[in-house]
Amino acid sequence: MSAKRMNLREKYQRMTRDLAWKPSYQSEDDIFPQAKYEGIIIHDWDKWEDPFRLTVDAYWKYQAEKERKLYAIIEAFAQNNAQLNVTDARYINALKLFLTGVTPLEYAAHRGFAMSGRNFPGAGPQVSSQFQSIDELRHAQTQIHTISHYNKYFNGFHDWRHMHDRVWYLSVPKSFFDDAMSAGPFEFVTAISFSFEYVLTNLLFMPFMSGAAYNDDMATVTFGFSAQSDESRHMTLGLEVIKFMLEQDERNVPIVQKWIDKWFWRGYRLLALVSMMMDYMLPKRVMSWQEAWEMYFEENGGALFEDLARYGIRMPKYWEVSVKEKNRLSHEVWSVFYNYGHAAAIHTWMPDENEMAWLSEKYPETFDKYYRPRFDHWHKHQKKNGRWYNNTLPMLCQTCQIPMAFTEPDDPTQICYRSSDYEGMQYHFCSDGCKDIFDDEPEKFVQAWLPVHQIYQGNCGGASVPEVLEWYHLKHGQDNLEYLDSQDRANWLRWKGLTEKAEAVLQKAANE
Amino acid sequence: MAVKALYDYRFEPKDTEDKFHGNQLVYVGWDQHLMFCAPHCVPLPPDMPFGALVREVLPGMYDSHPDWAQVNWGQVEWIVDNKPFQPDMEKGLRDQGIGHKSLIRFRTPGLNGIAGAAS
Repeated sequence: MSAKRMNLREKYQRMTRDLAWKPSYQSEDDIFPQAKYEGIIIHDWDKWEDPFRLTVDAYWKYQAEKERKLYAIIEAFAQNNAQLNVTDARYINALKLFLTGVTPLEYAAHRGFAMSGRNFPGAGPQVSSQFQSIDELRHAQTQIHTISHYNKYFNGFHDWRHMHDRVWYLSVPKSFFDDAMSAGPFEFVTAISFSFEYVLTNLLFMPFMSGAAYNDDMATVTFGFSAQSDESRHMTLGLEVIKFMLEQDERNVPIVQKWIDKWFWRGYRLLALVSMMMDYMLPKRVMSWQEAWEMYFEENGGALFEDLARYGIRMPKYWEVSVKEKNRLSHEVWSVFYNYGHAAAIHTWMPDENEMAWLSEKYPETFDKYYRPRFDHWHKHQKKNGRWYNNTLPMLCQTCQIPMAFTEPDDPTQICYRSSDYEGMQYHFCSDGCKDIFDDEPEKFVQAWLPVHQIYQGNCGGASVPEVLEWYHLKHGQDNLEYLDSQDRANWLRWKGLTEKAEAVLQKAANE
Repeated sequence: MAVKALYDYRFEPKDTEDKFHGNQLVYVGWDQHLMFCAPHCVPLPPDMPFGALVREVLPGMYDSHPDWAQVNWGQVEWIVDNKPFQPDMEKGLRDQGIGHKSLIRFRTPGLNGIAGAAS
C-alpha cells in the first residue's frame, strides 16, 4: 500500500485540529468548566496560530535524538569526574540553589501545562500545552540526573524534593508556582509562558548557562542548551497566547494587563536570587546583574512592550522600580544569605579583594558607598571573633516570602515597609508591587505558608535552628555555614591537591 | 477586589493570633542598620512591658553591632505601625496599642551604622 506523503501543513491539520470534535451530548461549558470564569472572552479558537506546526511524530523523533546526545554527555561527564574541572567549589553553591530551587518548578510546570492543555477548549493551545508539559517533565528529569551526579561529591543536594516544601528560601520559588497553578488556565499561561518565559527567562537561563560555561560546568551547560532549544518554542507560545487573547476581544485587555503587572513583579522578585548568583556566586563572572537587567529587560523587554502598545498594553507596573533597584539588588540579597547562612543548604562567604574590586567597578554608585563598609566589617569580625550570623528570624513579605531586605526605591539606606489591613489583621510587604498583588486577591495570600511564622507556630520541628534544620533534612555543620570552613572546600582542596595559597591564586586568576 | 473563582473562595488566614501559643508576633527593625539584612520577627507575650522588650529582647538581636553599646535610650525615636510612638516602659505591649503583627521601628540619631553607611 503506498500512502501519499503529507506536507507539513496537512500533517499539522490532521494531527492537531482534526483530532478535535464538536461535542454532541455534553455542553462545552461542562467539558471545559474553567474556560470562562477568569473573564477572558474567546470568539474563535481556530484563530490560534502555532508557528512551529509541531506534531507528535516530529516531536518524538527530534527529542529522542536530543536526549540520546544529552545523556551520553552526562554519562561522559560522570566517567571523567568532570565535576573536578569547575573553576572553584564555591561555584557548586550556585548550582545547589539553581537545582534545588528550579528543578521542582520544572516538574510543577509539567503539571501546570498538562492542566492548561486539559482546560483550553481549542485544539491548537491544547496541543501546544501538551508538548510543553512533556518538555518540562524532560527538563526536570535531566536536572535530577545532574543533581544525582553532583550529590555524590558535594553537600546540600541530597533531599531536594523534601527541602522544596520546607526550607525558608525555597518557599519563594515554591509559592510563586503554587500561585500560578492555583489560578485559571489563562492566568497560568500568562504567568508562566508570557511573563516568566517570554519576558524574564533570558535572565534565568542566559546568565546562568553562560555562567556554567565560564566556570567549566559542562553538565549544566548540556542540560541548559537542551532546555534552551525548547525554550524558543515556549517563548513563542507565551507571545502567541497574549496576542490571541488581545485580538479576540478588547474586553480582555485590562485583564491581561493586570496579569502582566502581577506576574512581572512576581517573576522579578524571584529573579532576585539570580542577581546574587551572578554577582557573588560565580567564581568567574559573566556580567553583572545590572548589565543583564539593562540588556535583557530594559532593551529587549522595552522593545517587546513597544510592539504590544498597539493592543493597548503598556509596560508592566513598577518596571521603573526594578530599574532603580538594579545597582543594589544582588548586594541586598547576598546579605540575606550571609545573615542566615546557618539555616541554608548552601555555603556563603565574603567576596575576596579581587571580587570586591570587580563589584566596585561594576557598581560605581553603590558598592563602595553602601556595601563595602558592611563587608569589611564582616571580614574583620570573621578574623577576630569568628563568622557573624544573624540569630533572630527575619520578617518576611506576605506575597513574595523573601525577607524584607529591599530598600525604598529612592533611598538605599531605608528598608521599604508597606502594609495592608484585611479583616482585622495586618499584612506586611517588601514593595508596592507585592502590596498591590495582595490587595487585589487578599483571600489568596492570607493563606501564605510563611516559613518564619510556621516555625513560631511550632510546625517545623522545634524553635531552635538545629531542630528546624533537622526538620529540613539538613545536617548542621555539613550543609550550612561558611564556605571557608566547609567539608565541600576541604574535599575540594584534597581532590585537587591544592594548598590554600594555590587556591587563592586560582580564584584570583578566574576573573583576570 | 476579590479572587475570581469557580466557587465561594474563603479560607482561614494562616497566621491568626490564636496559633502562636499565647504570644503575638511582633516585628522589630533598627533603621539605618542594614547589617541586619531585614527587620526581625519574634513571638512575645502581649503583656510584656515595653521596658522588658528593650532590656531583654533587643540586646539578643542587636548587641553584635558596634553601634549598640552607644545607643542613648533617652534619644531613641520609636515608630509603631508607621506612626511616631512614645512608649511607656512599664505598660504591656498590647495596652499601648502594639498588637499581633505590629511593626516596631526605632531610630538612633547620630548612629547611622557602620562607617555611617546605614549598615
